[in-house]
Amino acid sequence: MDALIIETVVKAIVVLLVISALAGFGTYLERKVLAFMQRRLGPMHVGPFGLLQILADGIKLFTKEDIVPQHANRLIFMVAPAITAATAFIALAAIPLFPEFTIFGYTIRPIIADLNVGILFVLGAMASGLYGPLLAGMAQANKWGIIGSARTAILFLSYEVVTGLSILAPIMIVGSLSLIDFNNAQAGGVSDWMVWKQPVAFVLFLIAGFAETNRTPFDLLEHEAEVISGYATEYSGMRWGMFFIGEYANMITVAFLASLVFFGGFNPIGFIPGFLAIILKVSFFFFLMLWVRASWPHVRPDQLMWLCWKVLMPIAILNILITGIVLL
Amino acid sequence: MSLEKYKDRNIGNQNYKLIGHEAFPQTNGEKFERVMKRMVKGELFVGLWVTVRTMFEALFKGQMHTTKYPFEKLPISPRYRAIHEMLRLLESGHYRCIGCGLCEQICISDCIRMDTRYDENQRKEVSEYTINFGRCIFCGYCAEVCPELAIVHGPRYETSSEQRASFSLFEDMLTPIDALKHQKEYPGFGAVSPNADENIKKTPLAY
Repeated sequence: MDALIIETVVKAIVVLLVISALAGFGTYLERKVLAFMQRRLGPMHVGPFGLLQILADGIKLFTKEDIVPQHANRLIFMVAPAITAATAFIALAAIPLFPEFTIFGYTIRPIIADLNVGILFVLGAMASGLYGPLLAGMAQANKWGIIGSARTAILFLSYEVVTGLSILAPIMIVGSLSLIDFNNAQAGGVSDWMVWKQPVAFVLFLIAGFAETNRTPFDLLEHEAEVISGYATEYSGMRWGMFFIGEYANMITVAFLASLVFFGGFNPIGFIPGFLAIILKVSFFFFLMLWVRASWPHVRPDQLMWLCWKVLMPIAILNILITGIVLL
Repeated sequence: MSLEKYKDRNIGNQNYKLIGHEAFPQTNGEKFERVMKRMVKGELFVGLWVTVRTMFEALFKGQMHTTKYPFEKLPISPRYRAIHEMLRLLESGHYRCIGCGLCEQICISDCIRMDTRYDENQRKEVSEYTINFGRCIFCGYCAEVCPELAIVHGPRYETSSEQRASFSLFEDMLTPIDALKHQKEYPGFGAVSPNADENIKKTPLAY
């Protein structure tokens, strides 16, 4: 029992540190990829290829003055970024990151908590992460913040139904909510991947995932041209940085979910070992989010609602019906 | 990068492409039709392809547009009007300025001051020549009016300095005597255009 607690704590700390670092690195990657797609160079001057820019940004964020506006609700204003960051990492707890491996004769399963309702837990934790923007926008006594949180509510009401319904069809096929069972169900190579059986569910899940992480086609919450910075208008320094880390951790979570549920997880592909396979898949999905941000315009809030309720939800329900009939 | 596109002033004659606008759908049926068309046409993937193609061209075909400015500079047009230069005669190395004072007279912002005297050969000599760059508007009249092509506008456009005096003295603008062999007959502002002969018209008095 003690060993289990120590192991879990160590795993949690490692995941926290690594994903925070990756979130920082994600900002660098995003700036670089967006720059290349716009024929720019991106960060170049701090360190080799601008790599130390992350460090410089970190120093800037940590040393910036932490301002709480005069009429803001102090407590909620200060707690809200922690909600976003914390839920993003809590969601990662139920995700199997890598295949099992042995180190110093001790077998480690790189999942903090193997819940039997893993996928529900992940989606629920990520969804509750939207309380961060919602509360932040309302607590800061700023009209842009209010609009930002109103848009958060719209986003939340729109995509959540699609996420749940789209992932329901794969759950029906696998017959389990555990992400490890999902992984094991696709163990037979590329032809066993869920995406061949459920392409519609995959597309729907990807769209909902973009909405869930506030990525570009649906980045209504803080679209600068319309609502200054939305819910983050009054934030500065590390509180703003926590929103940022939360967003990037969420992107990594969604990328892991998509690879685990639809693209065979950490099963080895041919000669590629399992841990490398999942890193490649997650990198691809992360890149896809940056790629889409560079390519596509974003939609209006009403268009998002129209899309989710009038197009995606009927398709998802049809998909579930057809899957159910085939399974019967 | 060639200078041609900087010299091209026919800005109305470029190949603009007009983007066609479809008629906006009126009825629900037409709206549905447009949604279906857009779903099938894959325009979104065309967009993805455009950006990724741009990325590969930028990375591997040298089409990156960024100029790392302090380290590399873009060529500027020869007719760019930056800080003035005083040229020397190529044969003797003596400065070209004959002290006629036309530039001082024509200067509309009144920033050129010159003082002349006769030297021992009874030739006009420039004893003082300053341009107040706090007032100069770089209109180019001085270079245009100069009969000797002595004052021209050079390509030196990085003019931030702690003191205006860093630029404005005659000696600062004059071609250094040891750099005389690098002094080119200037094609830029103040020089006679290459097709000057064709442009000459008879004055009314000749009729």
